[in-house]
Amino acid sequence: MRSSIIQVDDLSASYQKNKVLSNVNFNVEEGTITAIVGPNGAGKSTLIKTMLGLHPQLTGTVRFWDTSFKIAKKKIGYVPQRGSVDWDFPTDALDVVTMGLYGKIGWFRFPSRKDKEKAMNALKKMGMESYAHRQISQLSGGQQQRVFLARALAQDAELYFMDEPLAGVDASTEKAIMAILKELKRKGKTVLVVHHDLQTVPEYFDHVLLLNKTVYAHGKTEEVFTKDNIATTYGGNMQWIGKGDQYVVHATSQ
Amino acid sequence: MTYTMWIILTASLVGLSCGVIGVFLILRKQAMMADAISHTVLLGIVIAYMVTQQVSGTGMLIGGILAGILTAFLVQMLHSLKVQHDASLGIVFTTLFAVGVILISTSVGNVHLDVQHALMGEITFIPFTTVEIPLIGAVPKATALLTVVLILVIFFIIAFYKEWKITSFDPALAASLGIPVIFFHYLFMTLVSVTTVASFDAVGAILVVAMLITPAASAYLWTDKLMWMLILSGGFGVLSAVIGYWIATWLDTSISGSMAFATGCIFLFGFLLSPKHGLISRWVRPEAWKEEHVS
Amino acid sequence: MWSTLLHSNTIWVLLSTMILGFAAGGIGCLAYWKRQNLMSDALSHAALPGVVVAFFIIQEKNLLLLVIGAAASALLGAFLIQWITNASRITEDTAMGMTLSVFYGVGIMLLSIANRSAGGNQSGLNSFIYGQAAAMVRSDVITMVVLAGIVILIIFIGFKEWKLYLFDAAFAKGIGMSVRSMNVLYTIVLVTTIVIGIQAVGVILMAAMLIIPAVSARYWTHSFRNMILLSSLVGGAAGALGTWISSTGSGLPTGPFIVLVSAAIFAISLLFGKEKGIIIRFIQFKVQQRDSERNQFVMDKGGSQ
Repeated sequence: MRSSIIQVDDLSASYQKNKVLSNVNFNVEEGTITAIVGPNGAGKSTLIKTMLGLHPQLTGTVRFWDTSFKIAKKKIGYVPQRGSVDWDFPTDALDVVTMGLYGKIGWFRFPSRKDKEKAMNALKKMGMESYAHRQISQLSGGQQQRVFLARALAQDAELYFMDEPLAGVDASTEKAIMAILKELKRKGKTVLVVHHDLQTVPEYFDHVLLLNKTVYAHGKTEEVFTKDNIATTYGGNMQWIGKGDQYVVHATSQ
Repeated sequence: MTYTMWIILTASLVGLSCGVIGVFLILRKQAMMADAISHTVLLGIVIAYMVTQQVSGTGMLIGGILAGILTAFLVQMLHSLKVQHDASLGIVFTTLFAVGVILISTSVGNVHLDVQHALMGEITFIPFTTVEIPLIGAVPKATALLTVVLILVIFFIIAFYKEWKITSFDPALAASLGIPVIFFHYLFMTLVSVTTVASFDAVGAILVVAMLITPAASAYLWTDKLMWMLILSGGFGVLSAVIGYWIATWLDTSISGSMAFATGCIFLFGFLLSPKHGLISRWVRPEAWKEEHVS
Repeated sequence: MWSTLLHSNTIWVLLSTMILGFAAGGIGCLAYWKRQNLMSDALSHAALPGVVVAFFIIQEKNLLLLVIGAAASALLGAFLIQWITNASRITEDTAMGMTLSVFYGVGIMLLSIANRSAGGNQSGLNSFIYGQAAAMVRSDVITMVVLAGIVILIIFIGFKEWKLYLFDAAFAKGIGMSVRSMNVLYTIVLVTTIVIGIQAVGVILMAAMLIIPAVSARYWTHSFRNMILLSSLVGGAAGALGTWISSTGSGLPTGPFIVLVSAAIFAISLLFGKEKGIIIRFIQFKVQQRDSERNQFVMDKGGSQ
């Protein structure tokens, strides 16, 4: 068995009166690609943010490689939701990707030519090199998402957190992003992705974590991603199409 | 140097520092923070006066800066207690300003401070209080102070250029990379306060607000590059100072008021005519605009 | 103390600031839900050029005419803010900051020209701008009370319409309400309240009379109707109490004391408020934490058996 690089114990968090996460426990093994799925308001984004110290936790501990987040920070990459930033900011795509390197460049220093090259390579991997000097508000939604992914790639982390990278993107962007995820897996990196589309889970992810305020099931996709588990997680707000093991599932409460 | 030159130079220094700071102010969506700080600085100045019993530059500078930081801190605190951000701002600055006005009207009397002066500034008196500087000679005190502040502002902006950029654009990413976002928030608020206090005596609170926000907003309409935005914004600040002085002489009216008016005129010009984001370009090429904004 | 209170002018002033506070509290509540708290600040500054121009034309201090001038220029400011925000990439807060400072600058320009040409005649004008309730005369009070009364009437008659308009404008449109005319009405009511308040508390502190009561009321109730009522009451109380305090000493400014009283009410609400007050929230947090610890304990036990 491979070693766990993330250990979450008894994590809980709340927004004002509403508890959005309680008693969350799970371990993530190195080199896996995990989808975090659950209904709206299940606390998927909050889980990621709490693990990264961007949202206060009520109780519990989160350990990375058996150390605290503060120490492990340099090895962790984060892709926020696309809507979380102002795309009118006066900057171009290459510059946004270069931002991924700021943590490593250090104080009082400007990004070097080498850093820019690294950023450019990341853009190339996402098929975005021709947009490098395009102002970011002039990119389409999918292109903006690719820029965010490229920025995470440039970070060259061991562990990635991605918040809904596939939400509202076009088919070609989705393909490009999935190709990158496969490549990351091949390189032995670990990825956690908040995902909204149940249909594509078995195809894209080897592990799945079913979340609705707490963990309903977690493990290998083929073992855990079952009709029963999904139904309990979503509390019956589901619609099943298909027969046998070939489900097409839709969350009706969306 | 002539009297006029000193005034224009002083106002240009205000325009430059405010222009540069203002860019990050509007990119960080904190334009109204400038308004708040420019008012609460009054309280700091009054308290400094009560403590030191004199209208001294240093005491007031420190008092003003502390008041500015206090404002930023209180706004942040109320906001973290779930008060809407703009409401926290409104509550904090009006309350602190009210305390300032009450202190003036009760204990300080009308000695050297009056609210009106603080709000409008009296740039015409600047050249009369001078300080001797080696090699250069007699320089108006306010001008010397503003020069120091400008150097300070430019130093901090360049030294932390990439940190300013990332904490303004994507604070969540910055935090996950280990960049101290909160520290930079307060450092920035300190810079805003320093600039405000130094400009305060020369041009008054309201013009500081105009100089902080309007040239930066104008620059935002002309360019998509941060570096250019900084340069343009500083340039617009200086241009406003010069045009404003000219208008004031022409109409024989308040210099700082005219400079604020000039910033507005420059903005209006860009708002109508800027090739990228102006009204007319949108009217001429509505397709290009739509493509950019709808998608 | 009673003698100052019984001084007839003080009673008039007290009455007018109380009614003003009441109206400002109500409209402030609407502004709170429209998430335009600082709009009042921008508009009160934007009123300045109109005041001076009106003064220029009539050459005397007549509150009603000054109010009309102020309203015209504040409306222009409101229109510009809206226009700039909609038509460019400039955000609303930036547009507000620009409008308030540039309009104020223009006001100062005009004012200094007025001071030059009108000689000593502008003393009344300064008190209008910086707020001096004690300087109000009976005709000012009547103008103020009538206008504030109209504002209060409009807010309270249209309770459910306001609610719909603020909460779900799209739905309001769907059931045939004219959101556009609601917008216009809202802006007019807002501007009227602001410009009549300037006389009493001044350009700068006017914003506080709208913002603070609304935010304070938020801590005591979840109902829209009660919030408007409470906010109005807080505003009225602050207006009366502040005026009374400032009347006990000579030369004490009215506006700042009204603001301090509202700030005190806000601080009390923030601490003790029954809906989201600090103390209540702290207790809730502790209870939650204990609950989740207990749950954890039960689960561990369950697992080991």
